[in-house]
Amino acid sequence: MISLLLIIVPIAGAIVAALWPDNRTRPWLLPVVGLAHVVLSFWLLLNPPVVAPDAWLAFDPLARAVLPVVSLLFFVCAIYGVAYLRVRQERANRVFVALLLAVLGLLSAGHQARHLGVLWIATEAVTLACVPLLHFNGTPRAFEATWKYLLVGGTGIALSLLGSFCLGYASLHGGGKGDLTFVTLMAQGVGLSRPWLLVAWVLLLVGYGTKMGLAPMHTWKPDTYGEAPGMVGALLAGGVTTVAFTAILRVRAVVNAAGAGAIADRTLLAIGLFSMLVAALFLLGTRNFKRMLAYSSVEHMGILSIGAALGGPGVGAALFHVWSNGLTKGALFLSAGNIRRAAGSASMDDVRGMAVLAPRSAMLFVAGLFAVTACPPFGPFFSELRVVRAALALPGHGFAVGMFFSCLLFAFFGLTRVVFGIVDGRPRPGAKAGGKRFVESAGLILPPLALMFLSLWLGLFTPAVLQQAWSAAVVQLFPSP
Amino acid sequence: MSVNLNLLIGLAMGLNLIALGSSRLPALIRTMSLQGVVLGIMPLLMEARFDWQVWLVAFATIGGKGLIIPALLRRAMRAANIQREVDPFIGFVPSLLLGAGGTIAAVALARALPLLPEHAGSLLVPGALASVLTGFILLIGRAKAISQVCGYLILENGIYLFGLLLIHSTPLLVEAGVLLDLTVGVFVIGIIVDRIQRAFDSLDTRKLTVLRE
Repeated sequence: MISLLLIIVPIAGAIVAALWPDNRTRPWLLPVVGLAHVVLSFWLLLNPPVVAPDAWLAFDPLARAVLPVVSLLFFVCAIYGVAYLRVRQERANRVFVALLLAVLGLLSAGHQARHLGVLWIATEAVTLACVPLLHFNGTPRAFEATWKYLLVGGTGIALSLLGSFCLGYASLHGGGKGDLTFVTLMAQGVGLSRPWLLVAWVLLLVGYGTKMGLAPMHTWKPDTYGEAPGMVGALLAGGVTTVAFTAILRVRAVVNAAGAGAIADRTLLAIGLFSMLVAALFLLGTRNFKRMLAYSSVEHMGILSIGAALGGPGVGAALFHVWSNGLTKGALFLSAGNIRRAAGSASMDDVRGMAVLAPRSAMLFVAGLFAVTACPPFGPFFSELRVVRAALALPGHGFAVGMFFSCLLFAFFGLTRVVFGIVDGRPRPGAKAGGKRFVESAGLILPPLALMFLSLWLGLFTPAVLQQAWSAAVVQLFPSP
Repeated sequence: MSVNLNLLIGLAMGLNLIALGSSRLPALIRTMSLQGVVLGIMPLLMEARFDWQVWLVAFATIGGKGLIIPALLRRAMRAANIQREVDPFIGFVPSLLLGAGGTIAAVALARALPLLPEHAGSLLVPGALASVLTGFILLIGRAKAISQVCGYLILENGIYLFGLLLIHSTPLLVEAGVLLDLTVGVFVIGIIVDRIQRAFDSLDTRKLTVLRE
């Protein structure tokens, strides 16, 4: 029952926010609800509840392995949000705050969904709830980005519904009774009609892969992350993509139970490597540091997909990477948002010398750069190492590992080129017209700093309870016969 | 059941081709609206006895796809004050050829997929695939926002057709999901179309004041 509170509390918070009269005090609802959510989800992480096998929504091992990090990320972003919305006093924030809270509730529902239809409805609702968040800035460019997000994301979500139907028909054709919980589907196993199962797998991978931002369905990402406020970008990259990834993992478990796991592995590996390659190539070319973060996100989604292709140990590594990537990306997005405000532009053609103009944010941005490119001792280094170890343990993955490393190297070149391009040098004279100097208040600096420390802590002292949660999720996805 | 149903599916597939060939937005919207009504009648033909869930789906589909969404689209068109030509990236004849080829491919592809005995001989799967393909052609091949929305709707219609295969076995949930998604999606899209236009409008007027001095 407590697990349902994870959904109900944020939704109730969203309703309160929609009715709250005062624009100045409303943002405080974000950290209040966020704190309640963090407490609940970590309590459940430490005391995993017993899950009824036929439950449609439950805090099962897979939800336990990823939902707490989304909750944590939201809480830190919420604290940042209070300071951010104080800077943006001029804009009404009723819709923004209410929908942020609704997104948290829907993400909790999506992570806990154990039914094909519920999972789809939650993902669809998250997609729609994000739309007004993206054009908070109200510029024509933001509208254009929103339009692309809606069109590409909407098509992806439509295809995942078609895939869900196909999986439903696979079950029906195999003599199923129309029960679409993942437990039942996995129990049906080889009884599922194979042609329909494969069609369903392709459609669901393309559909949820679009939401995750795997190449070549990633085209909405650079535009959206480039124009959305930093904290929304952090939540999209760390939360919304995660719900799509868990969806793929759940479907993959069904495909595995039906005896087509090898096909699923091959497609996941291919699409993951392709995403890393595309991201690395675009990272070498982009000149906009917020778009750069989007390509970096595509790269890390590729790593998740590769991890998911490598059997039990790989999935465990991917779940670890969900944590390390979510926290690190959060720090990068928040500090990038600060730099964007201080500089008045997101292109490295106009921005220079941020080490002077916004020293603290610039320092965090550089630290985040090293963390996200997998420099030790931050979290991503250890999670990516685990992915590589899982790949090397399997025969015939030498080429994939070689490509993995070269993509990481190119991504490193691309990221350092942009980051040091904007941090170093002499500030442009009159770069910030209007003269109002950007103040790096504690509310804008401490949240990304906290996320950096969390990423460091995750790398150095990965808690035993998390290790245990990840292996429990692997057991759920690959039950031993 | 099967003959009448197949007739309607054939009609819906024909409307796909008409949509591909429409050069003016009002005609495109009218085609969409008609297709919505046709789709709404289908579940009633599939069900001999009275089942309130099926009737609900039918009414919601006719109301949503046949009336509300076309009305919203017309309103968006008027509000945005856009020209009525469709503005294709892919010309009408090539898109028609693509659509016809896609329909044939859909029929061929559907043969490869096994069907339950009660669905054998039905055109639901080829109809669904052909509509999804048509939707994609319109999404990719048209420049105007409203015609892209129409493409998205045809894509959705294809998925709805496929969902009819499952209407007896799966809970109402899946069906409700389709309708919810559709209405809300277009609502949002409609608002966005409106807002995009307004944003560009305000940009234009600002330009006029800048040039004054």
